Amino acid sequence: MDRLLFGDNQFFGVNHMSEEKARAQAMRFQSLDAVIDVLDSAYDAGVRTFMCTTHDRIALIADHVRANPERYPDFTFYPCMPYAHKYANAVTEDGMLGALRRFLPDEGLFDAAMRGASSMAKKDIEGVTTLLIDAEMKMFEGLRTPVVFLQNVIVDMLLGLGFKEAFRIFAEHVARRYDAEPAFITMNLPALLPVLEELGIENPIVCSNINKIGFRMSGGLEAYETALRERRFRAVAMSVFASGAIPADEAIEWVCTQPNVESIVFGASSARNIRSTRELVARHWDLEPSLVG
Amino acid sequence: MIRIAVVGLGKMGLSHLAIVNAHPEVELAAVCDASKYVLGVLEKYTGVATYSDYDAMLRELDLDAVLIATPSRTHASMVRQALERGLHVFCEKPFTLSVQDAEELTALAQEKGAVTQVGYHNRFVGAFAEVKKLLDAGAIGKVTHVLGEAYGPVVLKPKGATWRSKKEEGGGALYDYAAHPLNLLNWYLGAPVGVGGTVLNPIFSREIDDEVHGTLFYEGGTSARISVNWSDESYRKMTTRITIWGTEGRIFADRQECQVYLRDTAPVPDGYEPGWNVRYTTELTEPVGYYLRGEEYSAQIDHFVTRVRDGLVDGINGFESAAETDRVIALMIADARKGASTTALDEVVEPAPVTGRRRWRLPWLLPQPAPQSVGQLETRKGS
Repeated sequence: MDRLLFGDNQFFGVNHMSEEKARAQAMRFQSLDAVIDVLDSAYDAGVRTFMCTTHDRIALIADHVRANPERYPDFTFYPCMPYAHKYANAVTEDGMLGALRRFLPDEGLFDAAMRGASSMAKKDIEGVTTLLIDAEMKMFEGLRTPVVFLQNVIVDMLLGLGFKEAFRIFAEHVARRYDAEPAFITMNLPALLPVLEELGIENPIVCSNINKIGFRMSGGLEAYETALRERRFRAVAMSVFASGAIPADEAIEWVCTQPNVESIVFGASSARNIRSTRELVARHWDLEPSLVG
Repeated sequence: MIRIAVVGLGKMGLSHLAIVNAHPEVELAAVCDASKYVLGVLEKYTGVATYSDYDAMLRELDLDAVLIATPSRTHASMVRQALERGLHVFCEKPFTLSVQDAEELTALAQEKGAVTQVGYHNRFVGAFAEVKKLLDAGAIGKVTHVLGEAYGPVVLKPKGATWRSKKEEGGGALYDYAAHPLNLLNWYLGAPVGVGGTVLNPIFSREIDDEVHGTLFYEGGTSARISVNWSDESYRKMTTRITIWGTEGRIFADRQECQVYLRDTAPVPDGYEPGWNVRYTTELTEPVGYYLRGEEYSAQIDHFVTRVRDGLVDGINGFESAAETDRVIALMIADARKGASTTALDEVVEPAPVTGRRRWRLPWLLPQPAPQSVGQLETRKGS
């Protein structure tokens, strides 16, 4: 994995600090050109992995990268699936099963139909789950996706329910079908790691909030520090600035000196901010890109 | 350990289930839902005991509490059964669809000494709780007006087949969305003495309201406006916000932040200063043991569990306070049913001062038979 990953919250009006800022960003990034400008700045600054949700608009970015292979020889996507609001709103409208039907592929593929129908009948989630994964992965066809994340709302919902089998299904399908490393985003790192270990998902990539003030690090800062020291996993730190509550240099210094943090994912809306974050991290880490082998 | 059963496995039910199951002081005894399919999947993969018959579950299991997240129409009877069996009850919002039910259940819970709570999770959002503290401290002086808003992208086209699209099941933006800011207004201002100008309009729905507007009047001349629209695609997800004007300042709050302007003359609370003050969620939010979709969801479950454990009948969001919100909802429905109250130019008597307000009703806006909201929309088109 690259040590610096570029996130996408800023492009979709997600800001944990202020709805006003979120809306200003949504307006600014309404134009795909504005998004691509920022992605280009990141790419040219050596931040070449885009960790993104499977929001509909990401499909347009994927198209752009696919159409310009000479401009983006090393552009890498880390898809994070699913984009949960899409499903949540559908459930409110159509109910649980109605929403599920809406998102399953309907192009009449024999394989999809078989996997879907028989697994629905047997209450076997494997078929439905792999179909949903395939539906979400479709937009990245032909692009480099060496790591695929399961989003935190889903991870934490399944973890809370004790629906552990779903993690195994996700991990196996992503590895087998996409030759990718399965990865997980969680707001409950200390609770998730033992479960992944129990399932035999070895040395998993796990992304969670890791910041100096313990913001949204459920289970507590101490439990996170213990996990980083003692657990075998590859940590990706997000929300390292705690939505701006920690000064940038202080935030980066702290996170870069934690044991076992392999990568940092950050968002930025300008070339200047991308460069300054990269420079701060470069004080502590060697930033030569190294891809997943 | 507190033994809880979760009833109703829709969006909120599943979310509650995950949080309850992850709580270290709770033993999840069973889940109950009408869909045997959902139950079958959960049983197969998580091993939880499942029931499709609520009565049977209450009869067979030794429970401390139930968490009810079924369609709103069923709340009252399910809550009643649980209370009669001496159980503590957490119920999703809205509490009931009838003021009488709400009052009877509140009385029954008191008689039984039950711990009760309704899922108005905004009272567990740091920024909204900060507003309450500021108002209690009198930080912005006398409150003159409050604006309560909720917007989001739920119904964006003419369709929908779930209970949420049916009026008699408690569907609609009034019960689903407006209930949240109304509940916050109750918390901040108490109960209104009356409501007026209520508009419950469908936008895309056939029989339910997609937008809610209205005025609430309080003792001492304070008023509040409600502005709610769940057919607003410009919002990524539901957004609830509150703006409060007082003689000594102004407060704005949503889930993320609390912006406070205090005049030089304001009784400035500790940690605040005259002029602008902004508190963000990072400093206003207490960490939770298990996080899913927002600290407030875990915090409200934790509050309930703690109260059950310690036998504390008093607490945040008890039936009594949720019944207050049910009453306001009922007032707004009745007010909307009366039709629009308007004033025409020829009523303005000049030059003598206007001494009282007359309500003049357009003849074609006389009370309509149900479905009310559709009737209003049609007359409006014709006028």
